[in-house]
Amino acid sequence: MSTSTQTVAGTTEQVPKERKRQLSEGARAERRLGWMLCAPAVIVMIAVTAYPVGYAIYLSLERYNLELPQDIKFVGLSNYAAVLGSPYWWSALKVTVIITVFSVAITLVLGMVLAQIMHRTLFGRGTVRTAALIPYGIVTVAAAYGWQYAWTPSQGYLSALFHDSAPLTSQGTAIAVIVLAEIWKTTPFMGLLLLAGLSLVPEDLQKAAMVDGATAWQRFTKITLPLMKPAILVALLFRTLDSFRIFDSIFILTAGNNGTGSVSILGYDNLFNALNLGIGSAISILIFICVAIIAFLFIKGFGTAAPGSNVGR
Amino acid sequence: MATVTTTGRQKSGWGTANTIVIALALIPVLWMVSLSFKTPPAILDPSLLPKQWTWGNYTGILSTSQFIRPLVNSIGIGLISTLIAVVLASMSAYAVARLQFPGKSVLIGMALLIAMFPAISLVTPMFNIERSLGLFNTWPGLIIPYVAFGLPLGIYTLSAFFREIPWELEKAAKIDGATPFQAFVKVIAPLAAPGMVTTSILVFLACWNEFLFAISFTSTLASRTAPASLAYFSGSSQFTVPTGPIAAAAVVITIPIIVFVVFFQRRIVAGLTSGAVKG
Repeated sequence: MSTSTQTVAGTTEQVPKERKRQLSEGARAERRLGWMLCAPAVIVMIAVTAYPVGYAIYLSLERYNLELPQDIKFVGLSNYAAVLGSPYWWSALKVTVIITVFSVAITLVLGMVLAQIMHRTLFGRGTVRTAALIPYGIVTVAAAYGWQYAWTPSQGYLSALFHDSAPLTSQGTAIAVIVLAEIWKTTPFMGLLLLAGLSLVPEDLQKAAMVDGATAWQRFTKITLPLMKPAILVALLFRTLDSFRIFDSIFILTAGNNGTGSVSILGYDNLFNALNLGIGSAISILIFICVAIIAFLFIKGFGTAAPGSNVGR
Repeated sequence: MATVTTTGRQKSGWGTANTIVIALALIPVLWMVSLSFKTPPAILDPSLLPKQWTWGNYTGILSTSQFIRPLVNSIGIGLISTLIAVVLASMSAYAVARLQFPGKSVLIGMALLIAMFPAISLVTPMFNIERSLGLFNTWPGLIIPYVAFGLPLGIYTLSAFFREIPWELEKAAKIDGATPFQAFVKVIAPLAAPGMVTTSILVFLACWNEFLFAISFTSTLASRTAPASLAYFSGSSQFTVPTGPIAAAAVVITIPIIVFVVFFQRRIVAGLTSGAVKG
């Protein structure tokens, strides 16, 4: 995949260079049109993300409580010190990391199984894909209510199955239910991304290896996995960042009680229960930094090709 | 071992695997449907199917503005956000797919950054900005962030689709005497339409699903969307436990998704994978 896109990208890149010298007027018009077409989207994206993040950095340096609007004062980094010195932040970060690691790891394995089933199945392909898309598309909040009721003692079928257990009332089991809900919802998406990667593995290579006597497992680990590495890493990057932002299902399942709050829940609670804009903004910036670190590790550490890095060059 | 001929054992093996996948995907949904048809006393019966079916939960929620108004808000905000996002994204995607201009990779990088952006980081500052601009608890207060988060998805998916369009046909039509407008309407627009439809579905589903902004930037029925309204449900009367009504409301907001998925399965799969992997 990468070689073919690179050659395509290479040839398209050379053409305009020659053209630019000959048709500089046309090239200039093309450039202007490109900018004009992109401008509205760029303006909206900057206005809604970059500007508020800048504003959040500013707010995070102030003492600003909505209950005390007269008492706004520049306090430097003390909001960050307050957050980083608080056990709530570290507990939320730990919960978020646990949920992310478990749900992404299990989703990757199950997604690979699902991709194999969708790729190889001989009949009922459309039905399987349609069924798999339903968890992907379903409103997270609606699904979370389903899980909550299913695990409520003397009311839910899953609770009844496990002798009327009440897993949502203690930390470990509640996190397990949250992870389960996350896995159910996101495995189809992972499966579809991996399916696209799987379809790029040439069938001839598999057949050649089969002729050479490679077992199914050897073919999977020596041919399929290495060829799918770029697709897997991109899927992992997106799933990890998505999981790290987890909010909806925790909000419904436990509302962050019993030590199950993620960093997003902490940020929300801080704004709407403590009404503290300064601390809330500091939390926002810290979460933003965490996400940036994860993305950086994936792109530099694992050599994930930044998705879009070879788009339309 | 031969894969060319299908043995009976293989067939039943795939049949079992398919059945397991379908069951795992659908049982949690069927549980919600079953709950929504249970009578209030039967809610406390953990059986997977109701013994006595009732429409009571549906008639209850559909006769109160507590749910109808958020449903209208969800549809309106979702459609307007999708329309704006897809129009703006298709302009950018056309430029990305067809034109050479400096700054293209900056645009793609920016879209990628926003796709990975933690929404919670926006909640605190946006809350304060929307309050001071009078956007808090209004439709535009949700439409603006929805457009911004729909754009990266739209730009990625559409530029993947646009790159597949045989643009030489446009030139051919012009040589045959078509005006640029005719060439666009008769040749390019029909070729671009499937990608636009797919992208619209994906963006609409994302807006329909959104919860964090919906509960953060709204405070009354004036702009609260359907997913957010579930969290504030008190049931059709204040004396009933809202489990049944919430289940019914959850089923109602799931119906459009099932319709999209059943009718557009191929397109949704193509859209999801083209943007993410080829990009």
